[in-house]
Amino acid sequence: MIGSDIPALIPITFLAFAILIPLLGLWKRQLSYYWAVLGAAIATAFSALGFYNYVTGTETIRYFFGGWEPPIGIEFVYDGLSGFIVLVINAIALFVLIHSRMIGKTQFPGKVTGYYSVTMLLMLGFNGIVLTGDLFNLYVFLEISSLASYALIGIGEKRAPYAAFRYLIIGTVGGSLYLLGVGFLYTITGTLNIIDMTAMLPEVISNSAVITALVLMVTGIGVKAALFPLHGWLPDSYTYASSTSSALIAPIGTKVAAYVLLRVVLYLFGVDIIDTAIPITEIIGVLAGVGILYGSIMAIAQSELKKMLAYSSVSQIGYIIMGISLANPFGFIGAVLHVLNHALMKACLFLVAGNLRLKEGHSDITKFDESYRKKYPWTMLAFTTAALSMVGLPPLAGFFSKWYLALGTIENGSWLLLAVILLSSLLNAVYFFRILEKVYLRNPESDEDKASILSSLRSNEVKPSMLWTTSVIAVGILAVGLLNAFIVSAIVTMFPAGL
Amino acid sequence: MVDFVFGHYAYWFTIILLAIGLYGMLIKDNLVKKTIGLSIFQTGVILFFVSVATKWDATVPVKSDEFPVTEVANYMNPLPHTLMLTAIVVGVATLGVAFALLITIYNRYETLNEQELLEKIQ
Amino acid sequence: MELTFVPLYAVIVSLAAVPFILLSSNKPNLREFWTILAGVVKFLLVLTLVPTALEGRTVELTLFEIAPNLPIELHADPFGVFFAIIASGLWIFTSFYSIGYMRGHKEKKQTRYFASFAVCLSSTIGIAFSGNLLTFLLFYEMLTIATYPLVIHSENEEAIRAGRKYLAYTLTAGLLLIAAVGITYSLTGTLEFRPGGIFGDVDLSNTMAVSLFLLYLGGVGVKAGIMPIHSWLPSAMAAPTPVSALLHAVAVVKSGVFGIIRVVHYVFGPKVMGNFGLNEILIVIAGFTIIVASLLAFAQDNLKRRLAYSTVGHLSYIVLGAALLTPLGLTGSIMHISAHATMKITLFFCAGAIMVNLHKKNISDLNGIAKVMPWTMGAFVIGSMGLAGIPPINGFVSKWFLGAGVLEGGMMLPLIILIISGLLNVGYFFPIIHRAYFKKGGKELEGHTEASPFMVVPIVITATASVIFGMFPDLFFHFFELASNIAETVFNTL
Repeated sequence: MIGSDIPALIPITFLAFAILIPLLGLWKRQLSYYWAVLGAAIATAFSALGFYNYVTGTETIRYFFGGWEPPIGIEFVYDGLSGFIVLVINAIALFVLIHSRMIGKTQFPGKVTGYYSVTMLLMLGFNGIVLTGDLFNLYVFLEISSLASYALIGIGEKRAPYAAFRYLIIGTVGGSLYLLGVGFLYTITGTLNIIDMTAMLPEVISNSAVITALVLMVTGIGVKAALFPLHGWLPDSYTYASSTSSALIAPIGTKVAAYVLLRVVLYLFGVDIIDTAIPITEIIGVLAGVGILYGSIMAIAQSELKKMLAYSSVSQIGYIIMGISLANPFGFIGAVLHVLNHALMKACLFLVAGNLRLKEGHSDITKFDESYRKKYPWTMLAFTTAALSMVGLPPLAGFFSKWYLALGTIENGSWLLLAVILLSSLLNAVYFFRILEKVYLRNPESDEDKASILSSLRSNEVKPSMLWTTSVIAVGILAVGLLNAFIVSAIVTMFPAGL
Repeated sequence: MVDFVFGHYAYWFTIILLAIGLYGMLIKDNLVKKTIGLSIFQTGVILFFVSVATKWDATVPVKSDEFPVTEVANYMNPLPHTLMLTAIVVGVATLGVAFALLITIYNRYETLNEQELLEKIQ
Repeated sequence: MELTFVPLYAVIVSLAAVPFILLSSNKPNLREFWTILAGVVKFLLVLTLVPTALEGRTVELTLFEIAPNLPIELHADPFGVFFAIIASGLWIFTSFYSIGYMRGHKEKKQTRYFASFAVCLSSTIGIAFSGNLLTFLLFYEMLTIATYPLVIHSENEEAIRAGRKYLAYTLTAGLLLIAAVGITYSLTGTLEFRPGGIFGDVDLSNTMAVSLFLLYLGGVGVKAGIMPIHSWLPSAMAAPTPVSALLHAVAVVKSGVFGIIRVVHYVFGPKVMGNFGLNEILIVIAGFTIIVASLLAFAQDNLKRRLAYSTVGHLSYIVLGAALLTPLGLTGSIMHISAHATMKITLFFCAGAIMVNLHKKNISDLNGIAKVMPWTMGAFVIGSMGLAGIPPINGFVSKWFLGAGVLEGGMMLPLIILIISGLLNVGYFFPIIHRAYFKKGGKELEGHTEASPFMVVPIVITATASVIFGMFPDLFFHFFELASNIAETVFNTL
């Protein structure tokens, strides 16, 4: 019954709410927030049900739209991997949307209806990318999500529209390159269906058009995933966007692009033939490694929390892409696990940044001091949890993805990449402990602050809806760390053929 | 060599369009011109799809008495064209978002020249 | 009695005390009651494991799989029990002493202090009972983080700098350890601690063996204070004295040497160590550390810093003993864990008592204080003479076995090192005693008497314990029997 329709129901939910919200907005504008939360909740429920079915033994669901079988029709494929990613991104989106109420009210009060409608389109795009089994369809969803991101990023500080415009130019070029790559593949194989094409590629792999297609697609997706050196759009976009937009896009946007890369490299082409003509995985791996170090070092240089987190995203996406490039089981586990872990950690950190911006009006690290801990004890506890997890301390979630990635590099004998992983953990420690030290130890400088601390030792936390979402995600980081054996045993069932 | 150049002339147009588009995006200071470059770039990709689907001595896959077709091979593949319809729609939507952003930028900074804009942002 | 869950309870009990400590932050007496209660319960729990350990059996508990095929498991094997007795036993004394010190010194944020302390102890017991390298790693990192608030406790410029240095060293070490553990896992497919090692059936290349060993050494060696990666330890003396006492003489640094012994004898195993000449690397490093640290100790005027360098030196005794790869050497090495713990904690307690009572930090100011603080200085004499290896204090016993181990292995160099460093020990402790007893004190000493009983009683007890265990090493806890059993198991499985 409902189980087999889940692949279609998830995107349709978002599509329906994307249309409903502006219509209902005509009636009562302030309800848009609740509709958006409802939409995300329904989609999350479907995703959870679908993944539960998968874990308890249902086979991969192939949903043919309109009953047309591929290669004529378009299909959505709900296998373990897409089910897992869909669940992760929808659950994160749900929490971020719940968290967004006060930010929406204060930062763009007149635009909530449009804003929430666009968030639904964004999620439609992301879910479509993950679920679709058709390369051109994937392009369309990629552009839907990208267009929605440009719009969401454009709503923000004064500099946001320019950051969004730059993102638009770079992102569209990336999308076009991907499309060009798909065109090459189509001319050679005559199909756009991923499963169909996977079967044909081994015969034509040494064709130069296929090699060109691979390079074009990887470059195009690399732009969307902010793979070094194609990351230029990311830091400004995440920094100047409104807190909700960055909390929504940062944890899941680049992950979805990394997921596409994973599909292309490990499923569409597959480990056996991917490196036939050029050592593409090695190239990606080196770029990812450089990106990890570059992102971490740039993050240390930032004094603005959101910008620091943005550079840290460049670095963290490198982990996922490195895991893909290792093309071995441990690398795969590490990459998929890090999608989840990083989504949780980044969501938590960006929500903390949002809380601070709402309360303090800024998130400038140089102004942090001990009063923040007194004023926002729980927010800061959540921040500490996420930060320690980013550094990779057990038993928090971040440790385990690094552990599997490290095992993956060891298995391949890539000692340099192992060193990169370890070194970047250290760099993470530098930029996070710098903040923690300020928050927990630095005395407020001005006397006024000192007086206010002494007089008002009570906490001045954000609204409950913001607080509990932040906290739940922080607890999630710990829970995922402790329970990662279950998650990994599910990931193991998702291995692509040949791994 | 000559065969190679002339035999692939449709692809040369694609490459020229992509190059013009990139030139516009990278070199031009005016943000509207950058957007135009972007649009040209996308058009290059569209041209590529359309050109690979063309076929001499073939017609549209519609059964018609005016053009009686006996062999299936004499029909053209309609799929790339239809795909490009979608791609054109995506391109139009991109332009729409781009212009919306440009209008906001102009309202805030009163310039669309990138150099001036960067100075004002500082 | 069913003992399976005892190791878990022993780990958790101080962790469970943390919420109570935090909740009663406004009632100091209640707060300290929780600390003491947790300490006593923990110690008793550890003691119930002693009989099984004496029989050479291991209480095993697999908690859950944290990653497929990699369980979090607690193994209370004889060596773990041995370490746990020392750590948990001395925690009780430190808790009493902390109360006296923290209140006497009017320190701020005592709640954070006691809470972090409790977490540290849980981590230390966790390290002691870790059944495999992953569990060890988990508690090892936990200890790193829990110690940080203690190091920076005074929150002044010096403490914060010490804290940064501490984190830089220990976090780097943690990463090296992760790398080492990862490589071990991919080579052997297991991470279990097994007496005699897990590398028995693995074909190791020479480079691989040496680099893997160096990774391990970097990982656990930082906490063990081996040179040249020791320098966080003297800096971390910026922490309050009870922290220095328990953590830098017992918990943190001993976790380091405990880790080294685990790596040498339970991961690599004596045979692999010997085959690749890894023990020679370790002997050279340890020997160098012993001599240089002793020489550096001379140069320190700050009493706590001198003790810190002495700690660095003595830790390497333990490392040296492990590196000898002989049963007697290992016995001596393990005995020195307990001996050094009781003696060094006594010395740190004395330093803290002098600081709180007389506000003196430097050795050059200690003239004549023995008249004012006879008990404290009496204990100090016992502790320092013990470290120099003078009978009948327990330092003599462990050094005796170390020496016997050296002869058993037929090596000359370690023997020379032992003799020279014994003399150096006398050399850097004697001036302190000389000043305290034979020089006339200044006027500022007038009106001062012995420190608060909260401090003096633990000092006297630990000093007495040093003497008692020196004369009867098997009394109460069967330290000697345990140590020789452990050595026997390790070398019998070859």
